[in-house]
Amino acid sequence: MSDYLKAERAEEWREALRKSIKNRERTAISRVRMPEIDPMVRRHNYNEVNLGLTAALATKEASRCLDCVDPTCITGCPVEINIPKFIKNIERGEFLKAAKTIKNTNALPAVCGRVCPQERQCESQCFYTLKLKKEPVAIGHLERFAADYERESGTISIPETAPANLIKVAVVGSGPAGLAFAGDMVKLGYDVTVFEALHELGGVLRYGIPEFRLPSEIVDIEIDGLREMGVKFITNCIVGKTLSREDLIEDGFQGIFVGSGAGLPNFMNIPGENLVGVLSCNEYLTRVNLMQAADPDSDTPLYKGKKVAVIGGGNTAMDAVRTAKRLGAEQAAIIYRRTEDEMPARVEEIKHAKEEGIEFYTLHNPLRYEGDGQGRVQRMELQRMCLGEADQTGRRRPVPIKGETVWMEADEVIVSVGVSPNPLIPQAFTDLEVTSWGTIVVNSETMQTADDRVFAGGDIVRGGATVILAMGDGRKAAKSMHQQLQCTNRSN
Amino acid sequence: MNKIIAKEYLSDKVVRFEVEAPLIAKSRRAGHFVMVRVGKKGERVPYTIAAADTTKGTITLVVQRVGKSSEKLCRLEAGDFITDLVGPLGKATHVDLLGTVVCAGGGVGVAPMLPIIEAMKKAGNRVVSVIAARSKELLLLEEQVREHSDEVVIMTDDGSYGKKGLITDGVERVIQREKVDLCVTIGPAIMMKFVAELTRNYNVPTVASLNTIMVDGTGMCGACRVTVGGQTRFVCIDGPEFDAHQVDFDEMLMRLRAYS
Ligand SMILES: Cc1cc2nc3c(=O)[nH]c(=O)nc-3n(C[C@H](O)[C@H](O)[C@H](O)COP(=O)(O)OP(=O)(O)OC[C@H]3O[C@@H](n4cnc5c(N)ncnc54)[C@H](O)[C@@H]3O)c2cc1C
Ligand SMILES: Cc1cc2nc3c(=O)[nH]c(=O)nc-3n(C[C@H](O)[C@H](O)[C@H](O)COP(=O)(O)OP(=O)(O)OC[C@H]3O[C@@H](n4cnc5c(N)ncnc54)[C@H](O)[C@@H]3O)c2cc1C
Ligand code: SF4
Ligand code: SF4
Ligand code: FES
Repeated sequence: MSDYLKAERAEEWREALRKSIKNRERTAISRVRMPEIDPMVRRHNYNEVNLGLTAALATKEASRCLDCVDPTCITGCPVEINIPKFIKNIERGEFLKAAKTIKNTNALPAVCGRVCPQERQCESQCFYTLKLKKEPVAIGHLERFAADYERESGTISIPETAPANLIKVAVVGSGPAGLAFAGDMVKLGYDVTVFEALHELGGVLRYGIPEFRLPSEIVDIEIDGLREMGVKFITNCIVGKTLSREDLIEDGFQGIFVGSGAGLPNFMNIPGENLVGVLSCNEYLTRVNLMQAADPDSDTPLYKGKKVAVIGGGNTAMDAVRTAKRLGAEQAAIIYRRTEDEMPARVEEIKHAKEEGIEFYTLHNPLRYEGDGQGRVQRMELQRMCLGEADQTGRRRPVPIKGETVWMEADEVIVSVGVSPNPLIPQAFTDLEVTSWGTIVVNSETMQTADDRVFAGGDIVRGGATVILAMGDGRKAAKSMHQQLQCTNRSN
Repeated sequence: MNKIIAKEYLSDKVVRFEVEAPLIAKSRRAGHFVMVRVGKKGERVPYTIAAADTTKGTITLVVQRVGKSSEKLCRLEAGDFITDLVGPLGKATHVDLLGTVVCAGGGVGVAPMLPIIEAMKKAGNRVVSVIAARSKELLLLEEQVREHSDEVVIMTDDGSYGKKGLITDGVERVIQREKVDLCVTIGPAIMMKFVAELTRNYNVPTVASLNTIMVDGTGMCGACRVTVGGQTRFVCIDGPEFDAHQVDFDEMLMRLRAYS
């Protein structure tokens, strides 16, 4: 553990708090349950499912945390939030201080508390998980509590910014990677402009993740905070199309951060995939979230299937299938070629989906779709699968069971089998090095690309990851671009 | 927000707008399009950039009123603002010196054809433009097409102007008469399908500019996908122009009816 963390842990109030309750008592408390809307109610509306912890629940959960000598939980968090410090602040009732602690390293705590796959990140490394074989401290729920408390208190702390240094930097894309980068750079005194291709800000946080999981108001408030700190946002501007790299340099931007995401939906290239009613998860969620197509006043049309099948097992698939249910599907099913254990979605989403009446067809994979006379999808043939040998990643490979196929009716099929990097920037910025997958190659320490003015991070580099990893990249890039620009501007 | 500088009716149902968009005016080339959204509840709809003026910082859109969204746009007047406008999108037309190029534009397709005619002429090609409409009043932009073409053939369904017949009749006559090195076609999907069938018989390489349904226009949704040469392609980023002989027009026509 770093000396800094040690010193903080040794502070008087932390010592006192540790002594106030015996560890045996702390570990005897059972993990808090997040209050949520009843499944029968929520499957008909778009309100957020998780209601958030009350102060009493949060304080109790915080008292489970042992304030470990070696807080392994921190190593599980990609942005290394000082987890025990913020949790102990909650325990002693200093909720605003808890929020401030989180914000030191994480610009979007209200978002991460809601969407991080905690069971794979911080909570997987908690002492409870590793050593006690008990349910971990609910770090994510507590993070969300602190952030929500701060927001609702009306006393959001706007981080201090260094005096303006008049150095202009550009950000391509307003997803979590771009926002995290912008936040750090504006704090350092830079003149930051974020360019966004769409008409709304937030990237996947806006067009992908639905209201019932992440209300857009939360994203708006985070973005407003950045705006107040001085970040400029320009929507409807596609870097590489509306403005070229050279235009940006000519306009005086000394550094460019690319956080353009993995926007390109994959299809399976099987017969019937272009039938009407077969669509990508991105199309479906964009229509519903970005274009608000479910609103009768919206001009964007939406097909509302009665029997909806969603192909895939990730967060995107869960979001789509739960959306379909809310839009009135009588039957909404997940079709996934492996088993539930291999599903990449957050555990909580799978649980919520099941409670809402989503059907799960695991070990099934579509072979073909068939349409009616109008070219609209009607049914699909599914291949039964079993799990074979583990592949290089350690996941057991799905293998077709010869001759075992079934037909299933579906009047809407949502294909959610992954995304590829958005090709716009790799095509337009000719000096970049790009992998055969289409991701941009960066120095993993500095996030700098082969073009030394350009840094990149998030899904365009990782090819599809998580909100917090994208933000971590943005912060890393900010740090190293700052170092580079300080050198060049001093020597000028 | 982009300001409408001028509005003009080209026919009863077709409006030409000049819109302030200096960055797009500067970076666009023939074949590019923009996505337009009118009002906070509006949908994102693609329109080709029919012309651009870099000194004034404006682009020209020619819009046919066919349904809800085009209607909303056509209701705007000079001085009004378009809520959202983004571009230039798509791949620019591949312009080369090839010899003789036939530009076959039908209906409102003549407007997006205009910058291509201009660019093909500028590259030194002999340009024969075949423009078609149902009747004389619906024929668009004849003057502007003449200005940049070596020859103009006009076809109307009812014979009220030019020659009576379909656009394919006009194109076929040119092909039978002289060697054609490339045909470019823009218009309703069904028209492009028949132009492609005709030119295939004569082995004339043909490019069609496809007008599929779009949502984002940046490669994110796949709503615009078409099958070209047996492969799925996205019109907004791989197109909008494709080898017309490889396009599965029947599938495209089917997908265009998705929401009607
Ligand atoms: C439906 C869905 C659910 C998810 N759920 C979770 C979850 O629960 N937990 C989790 O951790 N992760 C989740 N993810 C993954 C996570 O959202 C992504 O890993 C993360 O958003 C990546 O951030 P980013 O900043 O790299 O890109 P994005 O969020 O994709 O943002 C990129 C932005 O750049 C813009 N852009 C692209 N090209 C240009 C250009 N040339 N000029 C200007 N702008 C451009 C795009 O329009 C977009 O707004 C989910 C993803 C999806 C799709
Ligand atoms: C690359 C490209 C360039 C185009 N250029 C022009 C042009 O220069 N001038 C012109 O008049 N038209 C052009 N179009 C066609 C134009 O986009 C459609 O006519 C318009 O979207 C129709 O919308 P609507 O609501 O008025 O019509 P409707 O016929 O009422 O549409 C019904 C529904 O179908 C959907 N729809 C149909 N076509 C499209 C489409 N292309 N994109 C998105 N949604 C669609 C919409 O969801 C709409 O709600 C172009 C299309 C493409 C793809
Ligand atoms: S940011 Fe994510 S990984 Fe880090 S502590 Fe918060 S919930 Fe856990
Ligand atoms: S590992 Fe768990 S118990 Fe220990 S400090 Fe971290 S959250 Fe608290
Ligand atoms: S319009 Fe969405 S991918 Fe082409």
